[in-house]
Amino acid sequence: MRKLFGIATVAMLALGTAILPAMAADTLKIGYVDPLSGGGAAAGQIGLNQLKFIAEEINGKGGVLGKQVEIIPYDNQLDPQVSLVQIQKAIDQGVRIIVQGNGSSVAATVESFVDKFNSRNPGKEVVHINHAAIDPSLTNDNCSYWHFAFDANVNIKIEAMTNFMKANAAIKKVYLINQDYSFGHSVAGAAAEKLSAEGSSIEVVANEFVPLQKVTDFSPYIAKIKASGADSVLTANWGNDLQLMIKAAGDAGLSVNWYTFYAGLAGTPTAIQQAGMEDNVFQITEGVNNIDYKPMQEKVKEYIAKYPDSPIYYPRLFTAMGMVFKAVEEAESEDPVKFVPKLEGMRYANFIDGKEGFMRPDDHQYFQTMYISGFGALGADQPFDEEGTGWGWKVAAAVPVDDTIVSTTCQMKRPE
Amino acid sequence: MSDIGRMPGSDPLYARPRSLVSTLAIWIVIAAILLILPQVFNSGLSITTMCLMGVTIIFALSYNMLLGQTGLLSFGHAVFFGLGGFLTAHALNTARLTHAPLPLEVFPLVGGAAGLVFGIIFGAVSTRRSGTAFAMITLGIGELVSSSALILRHAFGGEEGISVDRTQVLHLFGITFGPQTQVYYLIAGWGLVSAGAMYALTRTPFGRICNAVRDNPDRAAFIGYNTTTVRFIAFSLAGLFAGIAGGLAAVNFEIATSSSLGATQSGTVVLMTFIGGVGNFAGPIIGAILVTSMQLTLSDLTSVWQLYFGLFFIAIVMYAPSGIAGMVTRQIPLFRANQLQKVVPYYLMALVPGIIAFIGGSMLIEMINRIAAHAADGPEMSLYGVALNVTSPLPWIVACVLLVGGGWLFRRAVRISLNAYNEALAIAQAPSTGRSVS
Amino acid sequence: MIEIIFISTLNGILFGMLLFLMASGLTVIFSMMGVLNFAHASFYMLGAFFGFEISRHVGFWPGLIIAPLLVGGIGMFVERYGLRQVHKHGHVAELLFTFGLTFIIQEVVQMVWGKLAVDYRVPPMLDFPAFTVFSTQYPAYKIFELLTAIAIFLVLLLVIKRTRVGLVVQAALSHPEMVGMLGHNVDRVFMLVFGVGAGLAAVAGVIAGPALVTQANMAHSLGPILFVVVVVGGLGSLSGAFIASLLIGLLQTFAVASNASLADLFGELTGTGMFIAHVSDIWNVTVAQLSAVMPYLLLVLILIFRPRGLMGTRES
Repeated sequence: MRKLFGIATVAMLALGTAILPAMAADTLKIGYVDPLSGGGAAAGQIGLNQLKFIAEEINGKGGVLGKQVEIIPYDNQLDPQVSLVQIQKAIDQGVRIIVQGNGSSVAATVESFVDKFNSRNPGKEVVHINHAAIDPSLTNDNCSYWHFAFDANVNIKIEAMTNFMKANAAIKKVYLINQDYSFGHSVAGAAAEKLSAEGSSIEVVANEFVPLQKVTDFSPYIAKIKASGADSVLTANWGNDLQLMIKAAGDAGLSVNWYTFYAGLAGTPTAIQQAGMEDNVFQITEGVNNIDYKPMQEKVKEYIAKYPDSPIYYPRLFTAMGMVFKAVEEAESEDPVKFVPKLEGMRYANFIDGKEGFMRPDDHQYFQTMYISGFGALGADQPFDEEGTGWGWKVAAAVPVDDTIVSTTCQMKRPE
Repeated sequence: MSDIGRMPGSDPLYARPRSLVSTLAIWIVIAAILLILPQVFNSGLSITTMCLMGVTIIFALSYNMLLGQTGLLSFGHAVFFGLGGFLTAHALNTARLTHAPLPLEVFPLVGGAAGLVFGIIFGAVSTRRSGTAFAMITLGIGELVSSSALILRHAFGGEEGISVDRTQVLHLFGITFGPQTQVYYLIAGWGLVSAGAMYALTRTPFGRICNAVRDNPDRAAFIGYNTTTVRFIAFSLAGLFAGIAGGLAAVNFEIATSSSLGATQSGTVVLMTFIGGVGNFAGPIIGAILVTSMQLTLSDLTSVWQLYFGLFFIAIVMYAPSGIAGMVTRQIPLFRANQLQKVVPYYLMALVPGIIAFIGGSMLIEMINRIAAHAADGPEMSLYGVALNVTSPLPWIVACVLLVGGGWLFRRAVRISLNAYNEALAIAQAPSTGRSVS
Repeated sequence: MIEIIFISTLNGILFGMLLFLMASGLTVIFSMMGVLNFAHASFYMLGAFFGFEISRHVGFWPGLIIAPLLVGGIGMFVERYGLRQVHKHGHVAELLFTFGLTFIIQEVVQMVWGKLAVDYRVPPMLDFPAFTVFSTQYPAYKIFELLTAIAIFLVLLLVIKRTRVGLVVQAALSHPEMVGMLGHNVDRVFMLVFGVGAGLAAVAGVIAGPALVTQANMAHSLGPILFVVVVVGGLGSLSGAFIASLLIGLLQTFAVASNASLADLFGELTGTGMFIAHVSDIWNVTVAQLSAVMPYLLLVLILIFRPRGLMGTRES
C-alpha cells in the first residue's frame, strides 16, 4: 500500500516535470544558467540584469534576424548537478545558446556535458558562452569546440599583471596570497613562475594559501606580510576573503600595494575606502568605466539609471552578446553548427574601449585589451565612482592585446 | 538527548506480518512501473529528472537507515555519497586507460565499496557516541572531508572535478549508455536492488535490534546487545548504500565534484528524509521525489523559492512531524475499516480555505519581493493570471483578507477534520462484536 | 621570534573574544535549554542588519541597544509559537525547526536588504588606532569588542550563579516539573532564556557587523565554528565556552603563523608520476593551510575522548 503510494507519487511528479510551460516559438532564446538564489545569487543576478538590458536594447532595434531576443533564467544554485538538469530543461524548451560563467566547477561540468551532448545528439547542438569562469583548463586541456570564453583566463591576466609589475622599478618584494583551491593554486603557480623568471629583479618572498571562505580573522596573515618586508601583495582572493583581508590590513596600518583580480566586485570598494587605502589597491580587468570612451560611458549611465541599487556589470558580457548576435546575423541562422564557425576567429570592437579584440580559433578564448586600474579619489574627467564612496577606478596602465597573448595546450576536436 | 529515539510517528505497521507473496507482488509492480515510465514521459528533461530522482532516492533511503531505523541524526552523510562518486570516477578512468574488461553496470559497486570502507573508518570514530555528540562528530567529519577535498587537488580534481566518459568502457550486449534512457534503466535497476536490500534489512533481526537501540538504548544494552556495535554496523551499511548512490551520480552526470560531499548535500538529505517521513520505509522515497522536483521547478516560478521551501519545511516539522508518509499511514486504519470516505469530505473542506490562505500569503510575499528586490522590473506584475500594480492598495488589501480570512477558516476546518478523524478512528479500532448487550 | 609570539598571542586573544561574543547566546540557549539552535547565526545576522538600519537613521549606539531588544523579541516569539509546539515531538524536530528557520530568515533578509554587502561602518568615535605594538596598529574598535565580550561574560556569570533568576533557570533545566510546582512559570522562563540568547546573538551582530562584512550570507559563512566552541567548552558551562573560544582563537592564530609542512620536516619529494602527484598535495600542505579545519579536528577529538567538553557539567 505504502509502496504503491510511493510509486503513484513518482508518476505524478514525473508528470509534473513533463508538463513544461508553453514557450513562444518565434524568439531567439538565450538560456542564462547561473545562481539566482543562495550563495552566488548576487553575482548571478548582475548577469541577468545585464542580459535583460541588452535584450531590451536590441529588441528595440528589431531584434536579431527579425526575431525578438528572449532571456530565460535558469537558477542552478551554483550546483553542477542542478546545472545539468537546468540545461536539459533549457534544451527541451528550444534554447540553443547557454550563457553561464559563475563558478569554474559549474563551467567545467557544463562544458564537458555540452561537448558530450552535442556529439551524441547531432542536430540538437547547443553552444556554451562562458562569461566569467577563468580556470585555465577550460581553454587548455579540457577545451571544447562548443565552448567560448570571454573573460581573460588566469594565464592571460597573470601575464599582463606580471609584465606591469616587472616594469615597475619600485616593486621589489612580492607576497603571494591566494585561496586554497585549484583556482588560487593556478594563479599562484603562474605568478611565481613569471615573477621569478630570467631578468626579473622581483623577489617572491612568500606563497601563501588561505582556506577558502573560512577565515574570519586575517590579522595573523597581515602580521606575516608585515614580517616578510614585502612592498606589494599579489592576490586573486574574492568576496569575503578579499574584503576582510583589506579591512585587517587597514586596521593594522599595513602599507603595501595590493595587486588584485577582484577588488572591483561589490562590497570591496567600500571596504577599501573604509580601510583608507587610497591609490594602493589595483585590479586587472578588461576595463573600467572611467576609460575615456564616450559610447561606453553613455551606455553605462543608462544602465546605472535602470539599476541604481546594483550598478556593477561585466563589460565582457556586452562584448560577448554583441559577438554572438553578429555571428548569428552573419550565418543567417541560429543553429550553432552554422554560427560557431563565424564566431571563432571573429574580430570585434570591445564594449569598454572600442579597441579591437579577437576570438582565437585554437582554443576559443577571447583576447582583449587588459587594464590595470587603481582605486582612489577621482579627477574632473572621471565621472564614475563606486558604491557611493566618491572614489573610483582610474586607469594605471593599458596592456595592448598583443601583449596579452599566451600559448595554449588545447587540442580541439572539431566536427567534420 | 537520549530521547532522540522518540521518533515522531514510528510506524506500528512495520511490525505487521506480511506474506511473502504480497511483498513480492508489490516489488514486481514497482519494477513494472519503473520499466514503462520512460516510455510514457519521454522528453529529455523528464528522463534526466527521473535519473536524478532515482539517485536521490537511494541516497535518502540510505540516510533513513541511520535516522529512522537506528535513531542516528547524522549531518555528514554526504561524505559517503561524494567519496563513492569520486572513487567510481577514478575507477572508470582507470578502466578506460587500461581497457579493463568491466562493463559500466558493475561500477556502482566500486562506489558501494568506497562507501563501506569509509563508513567503517568514520563509523569507528563516530558511533562511540550517540545523540547530540554523534551529530556533532558527523558535522566535524563532514567539514574535515570537504576541506580536504579542496586541498587534495589531484585526488579530487580541484574545481573541475573528475570527469568521466561513461561510453568508454566495455559494452555489454551493445549497450553504450550514451543515450540518457539507458542510464535511466541502469539507475532504476540498481535502485530496485538497493531499495530491496535495504527493505530486506529492516525485516531481519538486525534491523529490529537497530529499532530497539533507537527506541531504548539502555534496555537494549540490558538485554545484551552492544549498542555501539549495532550502531557501527548500521552506519557502515548506510555508507555502503550512499556510496552506491554516489557512484550512480558520477555515472549519470559524468563528473564528480567536491560539492557532492559538502554540507549543503548533507543538509538536503536530512530535509528530504524528514519531509517524506522517517518512520516509514517509503518516506524517504516520497521526500526525495518531492524535494528534488521542488528544487528544479520552484526556482522557475519565483526567485524567493527558498522562503517557500523553508515555510513548508517548518510547517511539516510543526504540524506533521511524521512526514508525508506518516500522514498517509494514519489514514490506513480508516481505509481498512471503510471509514475513509466519511473523513475525505472534511479534508477537502479544509483544503479550500488552506489554498485561499496560501494564495493570499504568496501574493504578499511576491509583492514585497517585487518592491524590495526587483524594483527595476517596474510596478506591473501578474500573479495567478491576474495583472496587478504593486503601488495601488487594492492588491494588498485583497492579499491580507485572503490570508487572514482563509487562515482563520482553515484553522477551524482543521479542528473539525481532526474531530472527524478521531471519531472515525475510534469506530475503526472498536472491536467488531455485534450489537451491544443491553 | 618574540615579536611573532607576542603579536600572535594578542591576535589570538582578540579573535577568541570575538568568537565568545558570538557564541555567548548559543551557550546560554544550549546549556540552559538543551536546544541546539541552528538559527543562532541567523539571529546574529538579523542583529547586524537591524543595527545597520538603525545606524543609518539614528546612530550606532542606539542601534546597540535597540537591535538586541528587537531580535530578543523575535526570539521570544519564535520560542512561544514555534519551538514550544515542536518540543513535544522530540529533540530532532526542535533541531530541524531551527534549521528551517535559517532558510526563512536568510530569504527575508535577502529580500529586504539585497544580496550585496551593506555599508555598515565603525562609529567614528571608535575609528582610530588604540595603540601600536611592534609597528602593528590595533584599532580601538577591537579593544571595544574585547571589553564587551568580557563584560557579557561577567554579567552572565553573575546572573546565572548569583541571582535568584539564574538559580531558577538552572533548576528549570534539570527539574522543570518541580520548579513548576514551586510556583514558577517554567514556560515563561524558557521563553525568556531563548529571548536572551537571541538578544546576545544580536549584540554580537551589531558589534561584529562593521568589523566583518554585513551581507545576507553572513550567517551561512559563519559556519559551524560556534558549535565547536560550545561543544568543546562543555554543556552547562559558560566558563568552558569562554576558555574554549580563547583556545580556538589562539590555536588558529598560531597555526596561521606557522609555515611548517611535511616537506620542511622530511625534505622535498622527488620523482614524477600520478602517485607522487597525489602524495605531494599532502606532503606540501602547511600548517597554515590547515588552520581553518583545526577547530573541527579538536571537536572530533574532544567528543571521542571527553564528550563532556572541557568544563561541562553533564553529557549531552
